[in-house]
Amino acid sequence: MSLWEYANPKKFMQTSAWVLPWFTGLALVATVGGLVWGFFFTPDDYKQGSTVKIIYLHVPSAMLAINAWMMMLVTSLVWLIRRHHVSALAAKAAAPIGLTFTLIALVTGAVWGQPMWGTWWAWDPRLTSFLILFLFYLGYIALWQAIDNPDTAADLTSVLCIVGSVFAVLSRYAVNFWNQGLHQGASLSLDAEQHVSNVYAYPLWLSIAGFIALFVTLVLVRTRTEIRVRRLQALLARERLA
Amino acid sequence: MIALLIRDLRLAMRAGGGFGLGLSFFLLVAVLVPLGVGPEGATLAKIAPGILWVGALLACLLSLDRIFALDFEDGSLDLLATAPIPLEGVVAIKAFAHWLVTGLPLTLVAPVLGLLLNLPGAGYGWLVASLALGTPALSVIGAFGAALTVGLKRGGLLLSLLVLPLYVPTLIFGAEVVKRGALGLAVSTPLLLLAGITAGVAALLPFASAAAIRVNLR
Repeated sequence: MSLWEYANPKKFMQTSAWVLPWFTGLALVATVGGLVWGFFFTPDDYKQGSTVKIIYLHVPSAMLAINAWMMMLVTSLVWLIRRHHVSALAAKAAAPIGLTFTLIALVTGAVWGQPMWGTWWAWDPRLTSFLILFLFYLGYIALWQAIDNPDTAADLTSVLCIVGSVFAVLSRYAVNFWNQGLHQGASLSLDAEQHVSNVYAYPLWLSIAGFIALFVTLVLVRTRTEIRVRRLQALLARERLA
Repeated sequence: MIALLIRDLRLAMRAGGGFGLGLSFFLLVAVLVPLGVGPEGATLAKIAPGILWVGALLACLLSLDRIFALDFEDGSLDLLATAPIPLEGVVAIKAFAHWLVTGLPLTLVAPVLGLLLNLPGAGYGWLVASLALGTPALSVIGAFGAALTVGLKRGGLLLSLLVLPLYVPTLIFGAEVVKRGALGLAVSTPLLLLAGITAGVAALLPFASAAAIRVNLR
């Protein structure tokens, strides 16, 4: 039993078909549960009022916006090194989801920033690097769409993803250098002291779990769609030859 | 490699387009910005470092697609790929040739445009220094974008979308050098970081660009 078994599309389809309902259920229960708990059953913050509750959307989507890119980096490396098509398709499938999460994080941040900071947008390092991440996603998706040959597209986007990752990290530190921050530090961490009261933290953890399950579900669905598209194209090509 | 460099330079000079175009574009930016924001000296002095860097960056962008596109179309890129010199070297030389015909002239005319934009006196030396150090990075990163999009019919717009986010660190540090220089502050930190970016991309990115070209020639 090895991880590389799932590089076989047939095996991947079988296993993902079995796993998918569980993740869908988990995503549904945890996301809805976390959000309902967070929105309706937590007290208002003494300073921020009810706007604090946007944290249940903002933090999970921001986390996943970054982790989706990390996942694309790993799957791109797997594609370049081991030439597993499922891996390249998973990277392709994850990109629009990551783009959406980035957009959600930016928009919810703006909605929260308007009453709290008094502005929709500030050129704060975190905000700016998220905007740059958004541009990276756009470029990556545009490159996938521009190239007809699927293998060429997979190769070139993988190279772009790796180079882009290096530059994304560079940009993150460059913007830190460029402007002082308005954004508060990380709310959650596993090792350091606690910054968020448990009243808020428990539903937040739940909704993070829900968003992760949602991400996995969406990636699986989209990867399965991509595999089916490939199969269809192969069938059509065979028919044309026959 | 030197023969390749001379060939690329000759092509750039004789074919026209790339060489003067970037410079004229840079001049246009420096003329249009005061028309847009108004002629007050204080405002212009404040934004001059950023405008000059953004202008240089966009001027660089104009001629990027020519780095590989013409050679790809007439087949000489295939010959270069099978030539005895490594493709990584070819990419590096072509990026260097691109810098000689765009980055270097931009660096040299930048002080004149600085005059137009009322750049404070202390900034001129740092403007030239930062552009001289930073524009090679723009050419090398641009060559990577050009290598990715060389096989595409209309890659120009996509090329900008891919390359501009990669320009962010170079732009930040480059403009920061000029900004601090103009105010008479210490510039060594951003200057060193800028030099580090240029050295880093010049050493590493040709490998990625060569890989992309090999994929496109397959």
